[in-house]
Amino acid sequence: MDETALAAHFDATIAGDQRIEPRDWMPEAYRKTLVRQIAQHAHSEIIGMQPEGNWIRRAPSLRRKAILLAKVQDEAGHGMYLYAAAETLGVDREELTEKLIANRQKYSSIFNYPTLSYADVGVIGWLVDGAAICNQVPLCRCSYGPYARAMVRICKEESFHQRQGYELLLAMVNGTDAQREMVQESTNRFWWPSLMMFGPPDGDSPNTQQSMAWGIKRHTNDELRQRFVDMTVPQAEALGVTLPDPGLGWNAERGSYDFSEPDWAEFKAVISGSGPCNAQRLAQRRRAHEDGAWVREAAQAYAEKRGRTEAAA
Amino acid sequence: MSEYTAEGGHGAVPTEGVEGASGTPRRGWPLYEVFVRGKRGLNHVHVGSLHAADDEMALHHARDLYTRRNEGVSIWVVQAQDITASSPDEKDPFFAPSADKVYRHPTFYAIPEDVPHL
Repeated sequence: MDETALAAHFDATIAGDQRIEPRDWMPEAYRKTLVRQIAQHAHSEIIGMQPEGNWIRRAPSLRRKAILLAKVQDEAGHGMYLYAAAETLGVDREELTEKLIANRQKYSSIFNYPTLSYADVGVIGWLVDGAAICNQVPLCRCSYGPYARAMVRICKEESFHQRQGYELLLAMVNGTDAQREMVQESTNRFWWPSLMMFGPPDGDSPNTQQSMAWGIKRHTNDELRQRFVDMTVPQAEALGVTLPDPGLGWNAERGSYDFSEPDWAEFKAVISGSGPCNAQRLAQRRRAHEDGAWVREAAQAYAEKRGRTEAAA
Repeated sequence: MSEYTAEGGHGAVPTEGVEGASGTPRRGWPLYEVFVRGKRGLNHVHVGSLHAADDEMALHHARDLYTRRNEGVSIWVVQAQDITASSPDEKDPFFAPSADKVYRHPTFYAIPEDVPHL
C-alpha cells in the first residue's frame, strides 16, 4: 500500500473509534506526539516518587508508613507501565531516562513544589492525585492501545492514592487545632499548582485540537479543570478546609463553580526550570540512576556468565 | 505560552523544545513480554513488558510490577525477540481464510424452532 492508502486506513481506524496498535502504520507526527507525551508522563511518575518519599521515614505510624511505601511503589510501577508503552513505539527506555536526567525531556510542574509538612502527603493524594485522575480517566480511551491499557491499570491504582490521602486529612481535621492548621496551610500551597496541572487555558493550547482529532486527548484543558473544581469543592467542605480563592463560587446558571485564573507566569517559570525544587529533583534522579549502574552491570555480567556455562554444559 | 500542554496524566509538560528519541535500540537488558493468568480457569493474558537481565529476574520483576494486588496466579515471561507475530492489521489477508468459512459458526445452520436443546 502506498502512503495515501495507509493514511486513509489510519484515519478510518481513528474515525471508527478503534485503537491503533504498535505495528500499525501511523503518521510520523502521531508517533512523535505519543513518544513525547508518554515519556514525559512516565518521567512524571518516576519524579513523583520524590516529594512523598521525603516523608516515608518520618511517617507518624507504622500504618501510615506502610501505606506511603505502597503508594510510592505504585508510582514507580506507573512509570514502568508507561515506559513499556513508550517502547512499543520503537524507542529505548534507557535513552528516555538519559534524556530526563540530561534535562532534555520534562516532567509535570507539580513535582517541583516541596513537601514541607506531613499534611502535604494527604493533600497530594487528595488534590494532586485527584487532578491526575481527572486527566487520566479519559486517557483510558486514548486511540493508542498500549497507552490506553497502561492508563486503565494506573487509574485503578490512583483511586487508592486519592482515598488514602483524603482519609489521612480526615484524621488530621478531626485532631487538634494545630493539625487543622497544617491541613489548611498545605491546601493553600497546593491548590493553585493543582489547577495548573491541567495546562494553559484552551485559547493558549494550540496542540489540543490535533491531539483531540487523533483521539489522544478527549477533553480540553479548561473542561478538565472545571470538572476537577466541581468535584473538589464539596470534598473541601466535608473536610472543613477553605480553598484559597476568593473568586470561587457556585454559578447556578452554568451549574458549575466559578473560579479565578491561576498565575500562569508562575506556571511557566516552574515548568521552565525555575520552580522551588527543579534542580533537586533532577539531581536526585541522576544520582539514583548513576548509583544503580553497578547493579545493572553486575546482573548483566551474571546473566552472561550463566549463559556461557549453560552453553558449555 | 503556547508551548505547554496538560497532556499526560500528571499534568502540564512542555510540547516544544523537548527532544524525542532516536529510536536506536541499545545493548542493555533484553525486553520481555509478560502474560498473567488472572485466576484458575482463565487463559494467560498479555499485560505488558519489562526489561531483565535473565529469565528468573524477568519473573521476579513481573511479579513486582504486574501483580501487586493479587492480579494473577501464574506468570509467563518470554523474550520479545522470540515471539513471531502475524501482521498487525485485522483486515490483513492473513486472516482472510477464517472470514469466508461461515460454516464454522453455529449460526450458519438453520434448525426448526420447535426442536429443543440445539
